[in-house]
Amino acid sequence: MADYNTMEMMIVAAARNLEDGATVGVGTGAPCAASMLAQKTHAPNLVIMFEAGGISPLLPTMPISVGDSRTFYKAVMASGMCDIMETCQRGMVDYTFLGGAQIDMYGNLNSTVIGEWRKPKVRFPGSGGANDFASFCWRIMVITPQDARRFVEKVSFITSPGYLDGPGAREKAGLPANTGPYKVITNMAVMGYDEETKRMRVESIHHGYTFEQVQENTGFELLKAPDLSETKPPTEEELHILRTEVDPNRYIIGR
Amino acid sequence: MFEVVAQGEGPLFMDPDADKAREFFRKKNRSLVNKLMTVKEAVSKFVHDGDYLGIGGFGANRIPTAICHEIVRQGKKNMAFAGHTSTHDFQILAAGEVFNRCDIAYIIGLEARGLSPNARRYMESGKVECCEWTNYAMALRLKAAAMGVSFIPGRNIMGTDTFKHSAVKVVKCPFTGKLYALYPALWPDVAAIHVHEADIYGNCRIRGISIADLELARAAKHLIITCERLVHNEEIRSNPSATAIPYYLVDAVCEVPYGSYPGNMPYEYFSDEEHLKLWLETEKDPEEFKKFLDKYIYNTKDFNEYLELCGGIERINELRAQEKLIELNGRE
Repeated sequence: MADYNTMEMMIVAAARNLEDGATVGVGTGAPCAASMLAQKTHAPNLVIMFEAGGISPLLPTMPISVGDSRTFYKAVMASGMCDIMETCQRGMVDYTFLGGAQIDMYGNLNSTVIGEWRKPKVRFPGSGGANDFASFCWRIMVITPQDARRFVEKVSFITSPGYLDGPGAREKAGLPANTGPYKVITNMAVMGYDEETKRMRVESIHHGYTFEQVQENTGFELLKAPDLSETKPPTEEELHILRTEVDPNRYIIGR
Repeated sequence: MFEVVAQGEGPLFMDPDADKAREFFRKKNRSLVNKLMTVKEAVSKFVHDGDYLGIGGFGANRIPTAICHEIVRQGKKNMAFAGHTSTHDFQILAAGEVFNRCDIAYIIGLEARGLSPNARRYMESGKVECCEWTNYAMALRLKAAAMGVSFIPGRNIMGTDTFKHSAVKVVKCPFTGKLYALYPALWPDVAAIHVHEADIYGNCRIRGISIADLELARAAKHLIITCERLVHNEEIRSNPSATAIPYYLVDAVCEVPYGSYPGNMPYEYFSDEEHLKLWLETEKDPEEFKKFLDKYIYNTKDFNEYLELCGGIERINELRAQEKLIELNGRE
């Protein structure tokens, strides 16, 4: 088995969920690395979109900002915020990758405050484009470390919608039908959501970890997928491309 | 009549009435006059205490840094700010404590670079009245204003706490019965946008992504343009499809080469990551940060002096090479 670190495992696991010809709205960091890796392996026709307007660039290096000039380097179009989000709202964007300070069992994300909104213990940036992507894209993916302080029973603030309080809640609130959380990729496991209850469930566990360890690092009860398996470790080829073409300066995989 | 089925609790800082906006725009000057002035003149003429301010670009990309500095230097206060897609611009304005009301979509952070300790202290101090939105929501509010209508629908935000602390109203669509979030139009009193090229009348060209600037330029009551370089009106007229902002929207034109520094300017120069890191590092200690602001903003007379303090043309040339992916000998 190849030698790899947890960030590399997370990026590879995320990349495998993006099929050729799909569209994905991404931010900087691990999501961008995952999208670039997918593009350089099994999904050469993956369409990458950035909220500030970059459409399908040939990323020369890892962007620092979702609006920097790398995000539309040799792109098919340098557009704007409304065009990107409206393409999502029209139903043409399959995936998005989001993050946050907290996530709950329904995949709701908090990137606004810890504590009371009016007198926050900690203030974070807010939605940015996350609520928009989470409302419009068909499937939401999250890359985040498995940590009981992040995976909480109740988030302090729902910045971006997951399944809200359960089945049917997104549609009832007015969000586009049949959208919602899809995968959560951590340093320990890949999780999905139970179709009936819309609750987070463990689907595969990375080599070297157990279900109990994943549960211990989660602040709510996790469900178990019936076909729970071990995550396929990164291949030599995936690691080689990730290290030499996607992130040669180790900005992300060196974290 | 729309039936309002839910509404956010957040404050609405600006009147969304389209007829009042029309009365303003009816009187706005459309004559083809020379609008060239200094950054100092533009800010003292068009930015006032209490005004609602919008800033173009995307945080540390194509931002009008010189205008942000000058607003702080002139000590403007009690403003409201459109805090969407804002990073380094927010950091500068928060350092000057120029606003006490903020529409929030993205603030405090500098994306992958981390959070601004000073902006965070300011937002946690209770001195700023807040309303939550999303980046697209704010772009939509500007789009409604640019269209000359008082609201615009969207299918985002509903069901979340972001909605609860916004000023959105959720209504039933009269055609389908489905729910929509209605966003109130936003006409900022003044906005500043940095562009690649402008003529003396204010016709502007932008290269690369437009972010929400086409909407902002059309929504703002007063618009200050800073440009990398001036071009002749003949040049604008030789290729009208390249014009992003027509002159009659513009009140002031300031030629500010490298005006997005330390931000990125597409096709011109990359962001100065070392200098942005210096901001974030220095902010950790409020006393040190006070000295830093004195050195870089309060005691400089203009943007050129700031550029000189940051390494001048030599540093700019390195950033130009980075932007164009040219490896300089022995450097990255």
